[in-house]
Amino acid sequence: MSQVNVTINGEHIKAVEGMTILEAAREAGIFIPTLCHHGHLDAYGSCRLCVVEIGEGERKRVVASCLYHISEGLVVETETDKINNYRRIILNLLMHRWDNIPVILLEKYGAKNHSRFVDNMTYCILCGLCVRYCRDVKGANVLGFVGRGTIRQVVIFPNQAAKYCPTCCPKEMECLHYCPTGVISSQYYGSRPADGQKLPHAHPVCINDDVNILEILERVGHV
Amino acid sequence: MTRLTSISALEALRKEIISRRDPARLKVSVCSGTGCRAYDCDKVIDRLKSGISHHGLSEKVEVVTTGCHGFCELGPVMAIYPEGTSYFKIKPEDVEDIINDTLSQGKLVERLLYVDPEGQVQAKERDIPFYKYQNRVVFGNNHYIDPEHIEDYLALDGYCALAACLGGMTPEEVLETVKKANLRGRGGGGFPAGRKWETTRNAPGDVKYVIVNADEGDPGAYMDRSILEGNPHSVLEGMLIGAYAIGAHKGFIYIRQEYPLAVENLNRAIGQMRALGLLGENILGSGFDFEIAVHRGAGAFVSGESSALMSSIEGKVGEPRPKYIRTSISGVHGCPSDLNNVETWANVPIIFNKGVDWFTSIGTEGSKGTKIFSLVGKVNNTGLVEVPMGMTLHDIIFKIGGGIRDGKKFKAVQTGGPSGGVIPEDMLDLPVDFDALTLVGSMMGSGGMIVMDEDTCMVDVARYFLEFLADESCGKCVPCREGITQMLHILKMLCAGKGKPEDIDVLQEVAAMVKECSLCALGQSAPNPVLSSLKYFRAEYEAHVNDKCCPAHVCKELISYHIDPAKCKGCGKCLRNCPVNAISGSKKEPHVIDLDKCTKCDTCFMVCPPKFSAVTKLSGSETLPAV
Repeated sequence: MSQVNVTINGEHIKAVEGMTILEAAREAGIFIPTLCHHGHLDAYGSCRLCVVEIGEGERKRVVASCLYHISEGLVVETETDKINNYRRIILNLLMHRWDNIPVILLEKYGAKNHSRFVDNMTYCILCGLCVRYCRDVKGANVLGFVGRGTIRQVVIFPNQAAKYCPTCCPKEMECLHYCPTGVISSQYYGSRPADGQKLPHAHPVCINDDVNILEILERVGHV
Repeated sequence: MTRLTSISALEALRKEIISRRDPARLKVSVCSGTGCRAYDCDKVIDRLKSGISHHGLSEKVEVVTTGCHGFCELGPVMAIYPEGTSYFKIKPEDVEDIINDTLSQGKLVERLLYVDPEGQVQAKERDIPFYKYQNRVVFGNNHYIDPEHIEDYLALDGYCALAACLGGMTPEEVLETVKKANLRGRGGGGFPAGRKWETTRNAPGDVKYVIVNADEGDPGAYMDRSILEGNPHSVLEGMLIGAYAIGAHKGFIYIRQEYPLAVENLNRAIGQMRALGLLGENILGSGFDFEIAVHRGAGAFVSGESSALMSSIEGKVGEPRPKYIRTSISGVHGCPSDLNNVETWANVPIIFNKGVDWFTSIGTEGSKGTKIFSLVGKVNNTGLVEVPMGMTLHDIIFKIGGGIRDGKKFKAVQTGGPSGGVIPEDMLDLPVDFDALTLVGSMMGSGGMIVMDEDTCMVDVARYFLEFLADESCGKCVPCREGITQMLHILKMLCAGKGKPEDIDVLQEVAAMVKECSLCALGQSAPNPVLSSLKYFRAEYEAHVNDKCCPAHVCKELISYHIDPAKCKGCGKCLRNCPVNAISGSKKEPHVIDLDKCTKCDTCFMVCPPKFSAVTKLSGSETLPAV
């Protein structure tokens, strides 16, 4: 792997070819906010909080730093007015799904609750960390996405859960630690289902739901 | 059919097919595209066939069931060649007259002829304004080809271009020809096809793919469908030429499941090719091998996006992935994959048959050749039109489209489907050209063209398109998913009269972010309907916010129905038809609508006789004219 020279926020940095902008920046101690990125998992590019501007003059454009690979001579700016403004809007949008976004992020970008937006407080920002961990690292596919567009959600497939969750870590699912909003763990201690309730094919993982992973496991006789 | 093992065998077959045809024989071409099928053209065709044999005309007349002719407004459509006599809106009972008069005696059936807006009867296809101003390079052969018979395609120089490429040109020469023709992608982006081919050809890797994008999903657009239904071999031939130039031996056709006739015709065409040795190993003895797999989409608009389409072909969820490395370098299964739209592929054989110079003589500096549009909405002549690039929107809508319905006023035209933008009246002189349309905030798109009249509310239009996109976004990235949700919410508020002054700025702010930060082209172009309508019709947004007024009288929450006492003659029609009994009044006295009961169903407005037009919609501070 050869070294390449890149400029981030005016600073000349040597980095390894093939790295993403995010990796190179973090190695150099430059902060770029992320919500859907995790070092253990492949980059996914869904939260778009990590957007940066690359290039100069007319060729300047906005890219997701977690996915864009650096090359010799690349010029990156991570905190322009435009980028910070976009981050503010993205955080504003997410606040209507998750009202517990770390204050440090909200304050840094000046994001405030927007009265003109509609709330959809599911506490799930669809970052896909749990799904990707379960699928890519554990190969279990207990969690998955269903639905498209604005009704997309993370669901748990009980049959898969019965098969894999007990071997993963029966008392505390590893996927919980990946969830940035804590929605999966809050599920974990949720209320009991009504008697005689049927086992669903797939169950949404979100705050409004009253069945949790543990209960599903109980009902299929694994806990 | 025997397998052809050489180019000369193909030419011999072509000669034999042509020699079997009697040029004096009348050719009755009846459209059997999806549009005309909906008008029961099947019955017309059945009657025609049985009538012809009953009258003993089979020697003299041949019936060809073809794909779409384009003039869908007036279906079922028929054209009788060589004269080109055209009949429209044919009912099964008209067939007897067509046989007795036209086919037996050469007389016209007047009542089925086209009458132009000036009242002139036009018997010949070429004199009808709808056809006259078009340049049907890609689409024209639809009139002569029965998509079930490969012979029809062969008779019209079918697979000539392929033979020329395989027989006398190196892949590099083929590539150069397409580059020189400056064929740009007809799917919307307008990226030069030759350059895309070159990238795929030069990309490292032994296995390469060529793909036809037939996942046409824009509301109201059906160009690709009609090409595949009517002339599938033109697309397949283009694909083979592309594969030869690129060095690919496997191709995919990604087609919507919702196009059953296109799938059927395509699969049949592929079967015919295989039987003739135009597919498989050692095609026409050239040593070139190629196979095609048809992949049917499961109804996701986003799967028309290149990376989502390729995920779908791999059997995964049709979800876009980042394209900082292009699909022409790393596509299906990580192999270099060249994806072009149906219409782009259909243009390829034409370039070789007619020559680069001929092709580049059509169109503008930057956009060569023709483009097919589906002209729909409030226009008189709904249908598919193929025009040279550079024709003005005005000519398309007024010369070919015959102007706006019911004598209403033109307001705007939406090009490029939900990802495109609206173009106002003062820009009608704009030439249709990839770059010109992008410059004004719209795009060529795959060719949807929705014409809107004065009764269209632009805020409502933006809301409609965002509603479509909210359903069709894959939901992966935040800007597209959350941004569209909130923009749609605000637009709904505006339409419901709950807009606030800051809403327009919020819309603009969110739209700008969605445009730049979204993962794929769907998200990046999703704000276009909002941004372009805001740019050209801002006053209408402001009226919704500040005056709670919908100037076009569309947004139900902002309008109320009234009866003008000066015009109402008390005929009682509205009173009888009102479903909620909100109208009262005695005979021959002006009626009154009880606004508390009124559900704004529009019935009274529709039934009020035009000679009175007493029912009026009012919005905002509008009042009835003083008596």
